[in-house]
Parts: sequence; C-alpha cells; structure tokens
Amino acid sequence: MAHATTDTALAGSYGAAAAAAAKTPGYWGGVWRKLRRDPVTVVCMAVVLLIVLAAIFAPFVAPNDPYATSMTRRLKPIGTDGHLLGTDELGRDMLSRLIYGGRISLFTGLTPVFLATLIGGGLGLLAGYFGGLVNTAVMRTMDVFYAFPSVLLAVAISGALGAGLLNVLIALTVVFIPPICRIAESVTTQIRTEDYVDAARATGASTPRIIGTHILPNVLGPVFIYASSLISVSIVVASGLAFLGLGVSPPQADWGLMLNTLRQAIYIAPVNAVVPGVMIFITSMCFNMMSDGLRSAMDVKD
Amino acid sequence: MHDTSQAATLPIADDTRDRGGPMQPLLIVEDLKKHFPIGGGFLRKAPSVVRAVDGVSFHVDKGRTLGIVGESGCGKSTTARLLTHLIPPDAGSIVFDGDPVGPYGGITVADLRKQMQMVFQDSYSSLNPRLPIVDSIAFGPKAHGTPTRKARADAEELLGLVGLNPRQFARRYPHQLSGGQRQRVNIARALAMKPRLVVLDEAVSALDKSVEAQVLNLLARLKEQFSLTYIFISHDLNVVQYISDRVLVMYLGEVVEIGDVDDLYSAPSHPYTQALLSSRPSMDPARRRIAPPLTGDPPNPVNPPSGCRFRTRCPLAEPICAARAPELAALPDRPGQSVACHARGVGTGHSLSPAA
Amino acid sequence: MPASPALSRQPWLPKRWRSTGSRLEALVAPTPAPAPVPSERILHVEDLGVRFVSRDGDVSILNGVTFSLDRGEVLCLLGESGSGKSVTLRTLLGILPPTARVSGRMDVDGQNLVGASESELRRVRGSKIAMIFQEPATALDPVFTIGHQIGETLVEHKGLSWADARARALQLLELVQIPSARQRLDAYPHELSGGLKQRAMIALALSCDPKLLLADEPTTALDATVQIQVLLLLRELQRELGMATVFVTHDLGVACEIADRVGVMYAGRLVEGADVAAIIKDPLHPYTQALMRSTVQAGMRGKVLDAIPGSPPDLAMLPPGCSFAPRCRHARAHCLAVAPDLIRLPGAGAGHSQRDMRCHIHGDEEAYRVSAPVTA
Repeated sequence: MAHATTDTALAGSYGAAAAAAAKTPGYWGGVWRKLRRDPVTVVCMAVVLLIVLAAIFAPFVAPNDPYATSMTRRLKPIGTDGHLLGTDELGRDMLSRLIYGGRISLFTGLTPVFLATLIGGGLGLLAGYFGGLVNTAVMRTMDVFYAFPSVLLAVAISGALGAGLLNVLIALTVVFIPPICRIAESVTTQIRTEDYVDAARATGASTPRIIGTHILPNVLGPVFIYASSLISVSIVVASGLAFLGLGVSPPQADWGLMLNTLRQAIYIAPVNAVVPGVMIFITSMCFNMMSDGLRSAMDVKD
Repeated sequence: MHDTSQAATLPIADDTRDRGGPMQPLLIVEDLKKHFPIGGGFLRKAPSVVRAVDGVSFHVDKGRTLGIVGESGCGKSTTARLLTHLIPPDAGSIVFDGDPVGPYGGITVADLRKQMQMVFQDSYSSLNPRLPIVDSIAFGPKAHGTPTRKARADAEELLGLVGLNPRQFARRYPHQLSGGQRQRVNIARALAMKPRLVVLDEAVSALDKSVEAQVLNLLARLKEQFSLTYIFISHDLNVVQYISDRVLVMYLGEVVEIGDVDDLYSAPSHPYTQALLSSRPSMDPARRRIAPPLTGDPPNPVNPPSGCRFRTRCPLAEPICAARAPELAALPDRPGQSVACHARGVGTGHSLSPAA
Repeated sequence: MPASPALSRQPWLPKRWRSTGSRLEALVAPTPAPAPVPSERILHVEDLGVRFVSRDGDVSILNGVTFSLDRGEVLCLLGESGSGKSVTLRTLLGILPPTARVSGRMDVDGQNLVGASESELRRVRGSKIAMIFQEPATALDPVFTIGHQIGETLVEHKGLSWADARARALQLLELVQIPSARQRLDAYPHELSGGLKQRAMIALALSCDPKLLLADEPTTALDATVQIQVLLLLRELQRELGMATVFVTHDLGVACEIADRVGVMYAGRLVEGADVAAIIKDPLHPYTQALMRSTVQAGMRGKVLDAIPGSPPDLAMLPPGCSFAPRCRHARAHCLAVAPDLIRLPGAGAGHSQRDMRCHIHGDEEAYRVSAPVTA
C-alpha cells in the first residue's frame, strides 16, 4: 500500500494548511455579516418590525379609541394636542386608526403573498422539475392570467365575488400566483441542471427526497425574496380595492379605506388626507428595500 | 495508515455482489445511442438532431480502468450520463456483471445506480451550496434507508479516507473549500454508495497541477482499497495514460479506436488517434512541434460527415471513406486493439488496406 | 531599402512590418530581405505590486514582480490559479477593478504606466498593447461581425477609412490563417468554431500593430488538436512580427512550445525566472522542482505521483516568510520567518543566461544556514 502512506501524509498537511481558516461562519452567519454592513436594509427591517409589532399590540400601543368620533374635533391638523397625527373627517384619532388599520392592511398584504407563494411556488417547482408536458400545461395556463394587467384582474375577480375581506384575499392570491410560479419555474429549471441534482439522482434517491433536499432549499431563497417584494404591491392593490369599495367596509380602519374616506377632505385638510398614503408608501418601500437587501445578502457566491 | 476496521464497513475484494466471477466484464455496453433533437418544441418536430452518441460499444473488466478520450463534442460526457441513465439512452444495451439492465429481466436502473456512481468535472456545481458537506455525502445512504446518525458517521469516516479531517471539515459548506478539497468531497460522496464502478467525468481537469497529482494518488489508493473499477473520462492525454489500463478514443459520437494503454500510446493505429497523440506539446523546448498534425476544428456534430466521420480532416481519406462508415474491428496483428478505419481493416477497398 | 510601390499604396500597413519580412508582406509585395533588428527593450517591470483594498482589509495580490522583455521575446508566466499570473497581465493592460492599488513601475516602450491617467492608458492600449483572452466567445462582441469589430478598431485607432479598414481586416484574417477569410469577414462570432474564434481574436489583437502582446491562457479552452494549431500560429506570428509577448499559462507543455523565457509565479510572487531550457532541464526553486515532479507526463504510469502537499495559501492570510515554505520539503525555520529577496544567479553552463530567484537556499544569508530544518 504505497499509495496509503503518501496520501495519509498529505491528509495531515492538508488539515494543517486549512487550520488557519477553520473558524469560518456558516451560511446564515455569512448572511448576517453581510446584512450588518448594509444599514439601509437593517433600518428597513426595523421599520417593518415596528409596524408589525404596533399592529399586533394595537390595543396597548394606540393612544386613543380608533372608532371614537367627535364632531368638534374633526380634521385637526398634525401635532394637535392629544392627536399626534391629527384627526379624520369624523374626528377619530388618525394615529390610532393607522395603528389599527395596519392589522387589516398588513393582513391583506401578507396573506395573499403567502398563499400565492405556496400555490405558485409549488406549481412552478413541479413544472420546472418535470419539464416537458407538465411544464407546458402549467406555464401556458399562467400565461393566460399574465395576459391581464394585475390590478384589472384583481378588480374583476373581487368585483365578481363581491365586496368583503375574504374575496379580496382570493382575488389577490390569484393575481400573485402567475409571477411567483414563473420565478419558481425558472429557478428550478436552472437548478435542475446542476451536477449535484444529477449526483443525487445517480444515488437512486426518490424524486420527493431529491426535491426536498436539493431543489426546494435552493429555490426557496429566490422565490421568497421575490415574494417579499410583492408584499408592497399587495398592500397597495388591497388598499386600492378598499378605496374602490371592494375590500373592507367602514367604519373598519384600513389604510386604503382611510385614503378613500379622507379624499373628500383633500381641499380642506390636504395633509391629513395624505397621511394614510404616506403610511402605505413607507411600508411598501421598506418591504421592497428589505427584500432587495436580503437578495444580495443571501447570495452565496460573493 | 488506515486501519482495517474502517475498510470493513465498506466494500472489500470478494464481496457477495460479484455475481459473474472474475472473468465476467463488470460492464458491457452495446451499441449505445443518444440523439438530441434541436430547435424543436411543443407540437413541433425538431428540424435536426445532434448525434451525440452514435453506436458506442465497449466493455470494462473488473478492477481495471477504462480511459475515454476525445475532444469537445465527441460524446464522452454524454456517454458517462447514459451509463448511469441520468440521460435515458435512445438505444443500446448495458450489461452489468452479467445482468442486463432494463425493464425485462436482469436488474433495474435503480439497482444499477447503487453499484455505479459518478464524479463530475465542476466540483462546485456538483455540491449543493446550502448543504454542509457531511450531509451531501450522507444523502445517498439516507435515501436508501440508513439511519441519519449512521449515515453521518459513515460520511465522516469517508471524509477521513479522502484526506479531509472530519472534525474540521464535516460542517463546512462547499464555498468554504478549495477546488481540490471539494473534489475530494465529491469522491467521498460517490464512495458513500459503496459502488463497484465509478465513472469519473473530467474529475481532475479543473484542478491545478499540484492538486491534480494529489487527487490522482487518492484515486489510485481508493481503487486498490475498495476494489473499484473506473471509467475515467478526460481530454488530458497524459492523465489518461497515467491512470488507465485500456483506452477508448471517441470522435463525433463514435468509437474510433480502443486498445491497451501501452499499445495504443506507443502504436496508435487510427489516423485520428495518431493526430491526437502528436498534438500534445513536446515538453522539450529543444524539440518543438513544427507543424500541427491536423488543420481545422472538429466538425459540428449536428450534421456529421457521411461515411467515416473523420474523413474531412483525415490525411488518408479516399472515396471509400465517404461512401461507407468503417466498422470497429480488431487489428490483424494486435487482437487487443480495435480500430474503425478503412485504411487499417482487411478488404475494405482502401488503397492502404492490408492484405488478408 | 525603399518600400515597394505596392506597399506605399497601402497606408494602413504598419511601418515596422515592412522591414521584418512578414507573411503579410508576402501577401502584398515581393519579400525584401529581413533586416537585422537591434535588441530593443519593450517592457520593463520593476517591483510591481497590486493590492486590493476593501472594508475587510487589504489583500496583496502581487508582490515585487520584476522582469523585462525585449522586442521579439516571449515570456511565459507559469503558475497555478491564484498565483497572480493573470493579474499581472491585467495590470499591464490597466484593466484592474477600481479597488486595486498598483505600486512599483512598469515601462512599456519607455513610458511608465503606473499612475498613468485613463486617457493615456487608452492611447497605449490602442497603439502599443493588445491582449488575447482565454474565452474568445466572451471577448468578442456577439452582435457585430468579425470584420466590423476589427474594422472599428482600425478606424478608431489608426484613423483608416472604413473601406481601407475592411481590406486590412481581411488581410489580418488571412494572416491568422482563417480559411475562406472573405466570407468569414461577415460572420458573427457564434458562427465560428472555437479555434476560428480564437484566431479572429488574435487578428483583432494584431489589428493595432501592438509592440506588446498579452495572452491570457489563449489555448486552454481549446481542444488538443486545435490548441497546437493556435500555439504554432502564435509562435509563427510572433517571430514574423517581432512583438514582445507575455504569455500566461498553467501548462508546462504549452510553455515549452512557445516560451523563450519562463517566469514561475507562486502566491503573487515571481519565484524563479530563466530561459525555458534552463527551467525545464534544471529547475532550481523548490516550487518549480515540485511542480515538475507532480505534473503527469508520459512514462509515469503506475508510479505514485510526487504531489505537493497542501494547497496554495490564501492571499488574505499570507505567511510572513516565504509563501511556499509551508509546503516546501527544504524549508528551514528562517524560511517561515523571513521572505526571501529577489536574487540574480549568474548563468550556469554554456549559453544559459542569468536566472532570477526568490529562495533562501540559493541566497547567501547566514541566518538561513544556521536555522533548523522544518519538517513540512
């Protein structure tokens, strides 16, 4: 065994040479290190976290009752004593309504994206992995939905189903399935050709196991990042539907609905009328920039 | 030095899986074919096909190494994937240790895959970037029912065997390793399935010279230790000469010559083999190559030339070469060496054809 | 000798080529006898260093690289990945990323390019230096024909009219032995095979009549039978046109075919430099020796290869002493502590020129002689 001697000797020095680099962080450690160097993303994550926490703990955070009207205190400007962001056209506290409204707006923003990621991601994964007829069937169906502008499609579906929160969720989910499916399909198709998938197939492992171990974790990252950029779209479109009267109905607090009802006051108190819009803008921007930052932080290759 | 208790858990020389006996070739491949349609699509017929592998036949004896050489587009890598059925062949038969592979009798593709593993050229793309290497190695055994704890322990043992300290490396991710280290992991992953045949597809081609030598030594040691049989695919003629017992030369999807390594390298018979061997740089600045043995590039495999596919670049080409494709036949004076060339076969009608 | 009438009607023909008896002249005019060319220093690199600076700290990629090159000479930089051979070429061409800091000096045809402005660099790139890349497929623009790409360079840098440029492009394609060059002039890169693409790339590089040709592994991506064709073509062109060439490769055999001199690089340093015959027959640096021993060659079948243990060092964490010392079988304690200086050994044997060396074994430091051996 002449080979063994030289090679074991090699192994030893191999270890010694690499010992210096032994203390390297794992995958998530690397992601975290890159994130820390990107203050914009960190700030955006903090803002999102703040809004989400405020919505969850609304009863403890909100300074006033969001439904308490007051004929005398209507459309007070920002900075009024006791009403940090002023009041709306019925004299309700804007800040409290924004905090409570975050519950529905975030819910209608996140739920359709989540459901669409499950359904669209799953379909895209199958289409990408199996290719051929499965791919053709799934992707051509998606193309049909793609033919409609997304907002129009959402309006049409929720219009047909009638007003109400549940119908908005269904409409938005249907709208978001095709783009997520397309991303999942293209990423899967690309990963499908990597040698490690071939190596896994060569071991004779079952298809679900190969998908679960080798495909899904690698597809999830890009899909998740893309989906998180849809959250802002979802919030905006849901607000739009509420604005059109297709979403939640008054007196519920919802950012889109608030924008709708305050519209009549735009000439009297323009600043107040704009506040819910600013809120939608900040939230969607933060989600967008957060997903952008995550995308670069989660890229293994650099 | 590795103690024998390690080797005991892994395949050893006379294992029960040896069904055909020492004289039965481990792998016999007959008339393997794969044509890829190009330009086609949904409900559209492809206008042309790439004849990537077009009637390849060979056999590999137990415990030997078959080298496959050829230029890009000659079909050597496709052949590797056809053998493991990563790409389903269009035609042809594979007999593994006497058992035909297929749905009717013999062994299934799944059975074949348990005994045949592959190592790929690109060490990075052949490892899942999100999986610690120990899990990549343990994946195969786990898929076949080995408990996770045992599979992982075996994987760590294999890491040690390929020269990577498991305590240091097991939890690392592929991007934290050098190319040579990753290729060691890929070898360990292949060995985890306890294969009898390992197909090495350009396994050392992407490595630096000093690392290449380490991995070649490792391959030689593992072959001895686990009684492996190799199919070693490479474009590097020196490396193939170093590691192989028999060498197969491919050109545009066909076998042009096959023979024992010393015979083939000392007395190449096919004009293409001769050209390929004399294309190697001389390694002596005082005796440099004067003229290139061939002109031009290998033709496109989409529409290969009629008859003998090498005739467009061949110095010996005659009309017969365009008319009829030569058969792979043993040389009259060297029965171990087979050549597909009209100029070398008996009674082919070529002016250089030897008398019967 | 006065230029022939045929030549004087071809304003695009570079003046230097008229006196060297090139293949090009054979195409356009009766060949005049080649005039003896005095030795002329084209490139002088001294103590060249490149650092990449980033928030993680500085990484020294190139360190104290010194060499020079005369007209008509071929220097092969030989090394493994990460040895700094490609960075050297990119530094010479001035195409490093903005995080790179270059120190030392590099004189191309008498002009120091370290610290030169972008416009100066562009002028030098257009007129004196040209580069051939490893992947012709990515170095050629896929949306323009070969003829257009060569022509554009000529119009821009040589001030030719488009008609003249096209005629010149055709001759360049013939010069690099592209068959049916006239049709290939209007071909797009994807219509050419790998070997032809690389020839087109060479034609493009030669279009500006460079004095210094930089070649970055130009044959590595090619098939064996094509590689030797391109190598021999480059050797022939180089001899006829008399350029100075820096040729980067990891392949000892390729260096043997084309080099006049070889510079062996390791971890960003030039560790040994000498005539190609001297390096091949009598390598002196332990790394060169080890590299030759571990390279698979004919006749090594069945033997255990004498591999170099370990892997090349991480450039971000270079050891304080000689970078090769951790893998070197001759290393002593002194090698691990102090990096060896560049020394110049006198030529050994008949006809051998001097040799550059970075190794304590060949130096005369007392500290090395008295230090204890290290078992690697």
